[in-house]
Amino acid sequence: MTTETTPRIAAAPETTPAVSMVTAINSALRDAMRANERVVVFGEDVGHLGGVFRATDGLLAEFGERRCFDTPICEAGILGAAIGMSLYGGRPVVEMQFDAFAYPAFEQMVSHLAKMRNRTRGTLAAPVVVRVPYGGGIGAVEHHSDSSEAYAAHTPGLHVLTPATVADAYGMLRQAIDGDDPVLFFEPKRLYWETAEVDLGADVPPIGRAVVRRTGNDATLITYGPALPIALAAADAAASDGYDLAVVDLRSLVPFDEETVCEAVQRTGRAVVVHEASGFGGFGAEIAARVSERCFNYLESPVRRVTGLDVPYPPPQLERFYLPTAARVLDAVAALFTDG
Amino acid sequence: MLASAQEIMSPPRPAHDDGELLLRGYRDMVIGRRFDQQATNLAKQGSLSVYPSSFGQEACQVGAVTALRRTDWLFPTYRDSVAIVSRGVRPGEALTLLRGDWHCGYDPKATCTAPHCTPLATQAAHAVGLTMAARLQGDDVVAVVLCGDGATSEGDFHEAVNLAAVYDAPVVFLIQNNRYAISVPLAKQTRAETLAAKAAGYGIVGVQIDGNDFGEVHRTMATAVDAARAGRGPTLIEALTYRMAPHTNADDPSRYRDPAETLLWHDRDPITRLAATLRTRGLLEDATQLAIEHDAAAFAAQTRHEVTHYEKPAHADMFAHVYARPTPQLVRQACELTERGVA
Repeated sequence: MTTETTPRIAAAPETTPAVSMVTAINSALRDAMRANERVVVFGEDVGHLGGVFRATDGLLAEFGERRCFDTPICEAGILGAAIGMSLYGGRPVVEMQFDAFAYPAFEQMVSHLAKMRNRTRGTLAAPVVVRVPYGGGIGAVEHHSDSSEAYAAHTPGLHVLTPATVADAYGMLRQAIDGDDPVLFFEPKRLYWETAEVDLGADVPPIGRAVVRRTGNDATLITYGPALPIALAAADAAASDGYDLAVVDLRSLVPFDEETVCEAVQRTGRAVVVHEASGFGGFGAEIAARVSERCFNYLESPVRRVTGLDVPYPPPQLERFYLPTAARVLDAVAALFTDG
Repeated sequence: MLASAQEIMSPPRPAHDDGELLLRGYRDMVIGRRFDQQATNLAKQGSLSVYPSSFGQEACQVGAVTALRRTDWLFPTYRDSVAIVSRGVRPGEALTLLRGDWHCGYDPKATCTAPHCTPLATQAAHAVGLTMAARLQGDDVVAVVLCGDGATSEGDFHEAVNLAAVYDAPVVFLIQNNRYAISVPLAKQTRAETLAAKAAGYGIVGVQIDGNDFGEVHRTMATAVDAARAGRGPTLIEALTYRMAPHTNADDPSRYRDPAETLLWHDRDPITRLAATLRTRGLLEDATQLAIEHDAAAFAAQTRHEVTHYEKPAHADMFAHVYARPTPQLVRQACELTERGVA
């Protein structure tokens, strides 16, 4: 047996440690709860289990059952209770476990969450954050892979956010919890385990701002959430073919940053919208319409969309056919130049 | 100058004895019925878009309110206008939704009265959550949810009662079982023996009471409110009553119910019954009766005045409170509307 005679001092890390998106979300919840005692986290399995994705891991232990608790399985009741809490000055953050499991809460979202401020002329507001792990690409069975953001975005009164990076997952969730509007916070579950070496304390752009992730002169890819890595991969591949593509990450579907999107499109004259949700009646249609209205004279070619197929989300063995891929994006980009 | 609703309606303070309480309940029920009749008239005359009457349910609606403290919260539906004015909301503000110039005409925080809720039972979970937030802040607030028999078939009703039960939330659910959901009778809503029996499924106390007996409604409500405040959890109260009027002024009850049935319930009128009780006990003299009727007439006049004299909504109002700060797109839409010169 040997004895340590000199104390061990850990070497200071030369870089910021790598953090996964789900860890960033966990940190955002913890830091928000530390900063404001009115922040409460609840939902199905968020307590002792720490959430099926572990996004709420450790919150029950640190803050106790009054501020982090498991609920019965009742999504409408969960969101309804959160709305009631917010009317009394609470700052509830609820988890909907999986995209398709949030549908029972649809009426609470549309008829109350979105309208409380408006129907009371601002005397009451409902600053609730609804976290929705969403999207596919993880080999999940039926009802675990939906992209439901367009339902929320179509409902006036809600902010609809979806981070695509680790830094945004932390920063945007903190902003959402601090904000005075109800937020549907769509977390791309296929990116939960992606890591980045980031300083979570660093500021991110405010709610309502899109970010140009890659500048380019030939065409603009407009995307968000789980499709951002696909768009970036497509842009990398296009570069080797001599196309210089810009990539805009919307981050916030509502409010929608038309200025950043239109600036990029006006510079490049061509645009492809990329998202994972089905295309028909999807949020991409709104983007394409607004770009056409505001940038028509700059466009060399019609705006194209690369989206999930217009079919119910397929079983896992078929999802690779459904999901947008870099190859499909590149085909759409090529068509911009042949059609134009 | 007309008196304010707060001045005419009995102030929400505990009664010193049973007699004082019964008289106060009687007063608010008489005033409530005059208000209700006035509102129905205003709907027929076109000053309100629609009016779902509380006629016949005054004991339930006033009895729910007399059991509450000023700081407790009431979660009413569209049929609970009598309860809302009984809380001290001005009649014009209580009827704003039905006049159609805005959705909720009153500041809910001023009287701790949630906006009247149209989607059935959806406000019930709000009551649960509100009391949870209040308890977290150290306030011993109790919430009362009003709903009808039809609403108990909604999933939201089940989820809210279950949540309240699981968390011992200080919420009292008062079902005004008025026998009809528009045209559908209770037998088509449930096979349960009683609606109160549903409480057993949630592991909470359920009580069925005579909803046309003000004293019974108040006593049951007060007991349930006290239990909730003391941490003994929620209570489900089924108050048997009857919707004397059509669903709204646009409804035709002759298509689905026998007028003989309605006549039967005329004999059980909650106001007539309470008046008889008070007179038997020597608590209601002619002079008091006259004074109450005078106040009721004044309140009806005030209702008429407030409903017909108001500031018309401006189109800018639609945009003002969608978000804490309007989006650029909303600002643009509002400007476009203004530029078109829409008055």
